[in-house]
Amino acid sequence: MTTTTPPLIVEPEVSSRRLKAQLRAQDAKTKLSSPWASGLAVLIAVLWTIPTFGLLINSLRADPGPTSSGWWNFFGSPYGFTFTNFSKAWNGNGGQPLSQFILNSVVITLPAVVIPIVLALLAAYAFAWIEFPGKNILFVAVFVMQVVPIQVALIPLNTAYVNFGLSTSFWSIWLSHTIFGLPLAIFLLHNFMKEIPGSLIEAARVDGAGHVRIFLQVLMPLLVPAIASFGIFQFLWVWNDLLVALTFSGDNTRPITAGIQSLTTQFGQQGNILPAAAILAMLVPLAVFLSLQRFFVRGLLAGSVKG
Amino acid sequence: MTDQQTRPAPAPVVPSPPGARSGPRRGLSVTAIVVWVVILAVIVALIWASWKPRGSGYLYNAQNQHGWFVNAIFNPQSWGQKLLVMVIAILLFVAIMAVILWVIDRPRVPNGVVIAGFLGPVVIALTVGLLWSAVKTIIQSFQKFDSAGNATGWTGFANYGKVFTSNNTAMLVNTVLWIFLVPILATVVGLVYAVLVDRTRFEAGAKALIFLPTAISMVAASVIWRYVYYQPSAGNRPQVGLLNALWNVVGGTPQNWITKYPTATFALIVVMIWIQAGFAMTVLSAAIKAVPDDIIEAARIDGATGMRLFWSVTIPTIRPTMVVVLTTVAIASLKTFDIVNVMGGNLPKNNILANAFYNASAVQQNGLAGAYAVLIFIVVTPVIIFNVRQMRKADSIR
Repeated sequence: MTTTTPPLIVEPEVSSRRLKAQLRAQDAKTKLSSPWASGLAVLIAVLWTIPTFGLLINSLRADPGPTSSGWWNFFGSPYGFTFTNFSKAWNGNGGQPLSQFILNSVVITLPAVVIPIVLALLAAYAFAWIEFPGKNILFVAVFVMQVVPIQVALIPLNTAYVNFGLSTSFWSIWLSHTIFGLPLAIFLLHNFMKEIPGSLIEAARVDGAGHVRIFLQVLMPLLVPAIASFGIFQFLWVWNDLLVALTFSGDNTRPITAGIQSLTTQFGQQGNILPAAAILAMLVPLAVFLSLQRFFVRGLLAGSVKG
Repeated sequence: MTDQQTRPAPAPVVPSPPGARSGPRRGLSVTAIVVWVVILAVIVALIWASWKPRGSGYLYNAQNQHGWFVNAIFNPQSWGQKLLVMVIAILLFVAIMAVILWVIDRPRVPNGVVIAGFLGPVVIALTVGLLWSAVKTIIQSFQKFDSAGNATGWTGFANYGKVFTSNNTAMLVNTVLWIFLVPILATVVGLVYAVLVDRTRFEAGAKALIFLPTAISMVAASVIWRYVYYQPSAGNRPQVGLLNALWNVVGGTPQNWITKYPTATFALIVVMIWIQAGFAMTVLSAAIKAVPDDIIEAARIDGATGMRLFWSVTIPTIRPTMVVVLTTVAIASLKTFDIVNVMGGNLPKNNILANAFYNASAVQQNGLAGAYAVLIFIVVTPVIIFNVRQMRKADSIR
């Protein structure tokens, strides 16, 4: 189900791109000269940005701030500008501190990204470059597993974790994210591995390299962009996940999404730190988004059906 | 089933394992059989352990006394312990992987063992974690459960019957609204915006603005929209929510947008559209840029311009991609529970299928939750099959 997306963003060849640019420049002249068109574009952009902008303003307002009036009152109003909401949110303001949730998110995310990628790389290598009986059936089985919604697996997994004494520990969350990430990871990395020219691997084999050396020294360097794309996708998926977090985490292991979710159910004084907390929760995905946009878009496109 | 058919398969480059220097290794070997039997045994043991009644606590039981190290591993409390358990987990994983790679890199290792090394961990994880879990969920959807979540016998289709009762009418209607309105409107907005900003000076920045909501969590998105839909303020106090303030300006009576039916469902759907439009815009923008120039040029020579060019050339060319976007967003809308969970105030009238699943699973109603999960599965599967076919079509066009 993800086959088309990588080709979709394959960039056109340079010569045709230049030609295209000329043609489209001509095209653009006719198109955006219409004031209606530009007006509509600006309108959509404003509509899409205003809610986030409002949250940002609210996070910077001093008490009684966000719970007493709209964020637009910030401009020319008695309510001042302050950063204390952020430090209050970080320290909990009487509740559980956000710093704990963020630590939990970090502790959850790193293994939950590394483990499925490594396992999927191994499996993808076997599917791409080793011949063995039953390979196609096994590969199709893995491919089909992408269809399974994670809801279908949650309750039995939870029972298993309870039986092993792992429920509410980080282990249950790591294992779950690994399991749910694997089918897509194998499929994507396999597609990339298949595109590496066979002559390269043949040459390494002639030099006497075994599977492990081919895997580590020949393929791995070539796969860095693919790993980055899937890695970023998996990273954001885990960081932004709420379902697995609510199902498997406990008081000591709750990640930032579950922390914000529980903040939304508390009113009163916590209402004033909620915008700052949400902004803090958004910082990591936004940093990834802004710095690694190219990989990010590629990974998101490729993995958009997960879940 | 996948790319093997769409793309000529490369010649099998590695016909035999590294040990091939010392003679061919095809066929069965005792070691390989033993390794695969061990993998099978692990799978069976895990399934058996998970099948037993809840609460055995094989590895860790919080009620018992443990040393600080065991407690740190299974129930970390402090910063240091959490970081420690993370480092241990990664080191443990690296060590296991190193052992596996070391073993299969020995000379004269049978092919079966090499394959077991590369595929064994994944086979165990997916067989137990996904395949078995899915089967067990299907089984559980036909069972009765006590309040502690233990199965107490069979109940036929009673759990499915509970889903389709009059209490759930709003939930079912909402689900249908979600899986149709979100993809259609997100695609329309995304397509219009992609066309409008295509090849303009501000394209990258303009796209980033719309794409931003796709990057953040749906929980954060729900908090963002909270300050749009905020409940009306009492008396003459200023409105907190943007929508009520605007509503006031145009002369409406401020209202609670996320508690009234069906306004609330549409309000929540708007949030999902806000999130998904960026995805639709990005994919469709790539498709628009990939429309072959010769087609456009030919249409231009025939005298097509502006809207005509768009409707009769661009749209038909990107139609397969549009279908993929529509179905992908539809699936996401069906599976997503975050927005309804965070913003819906747990009101039955705001509910959707995925959130109904979560609510049932949170209170150990495994049978009912299983029925919800199976329904999600049943709805998703044909859509994804359709999606895969469309993607293959989209691939072959290019």
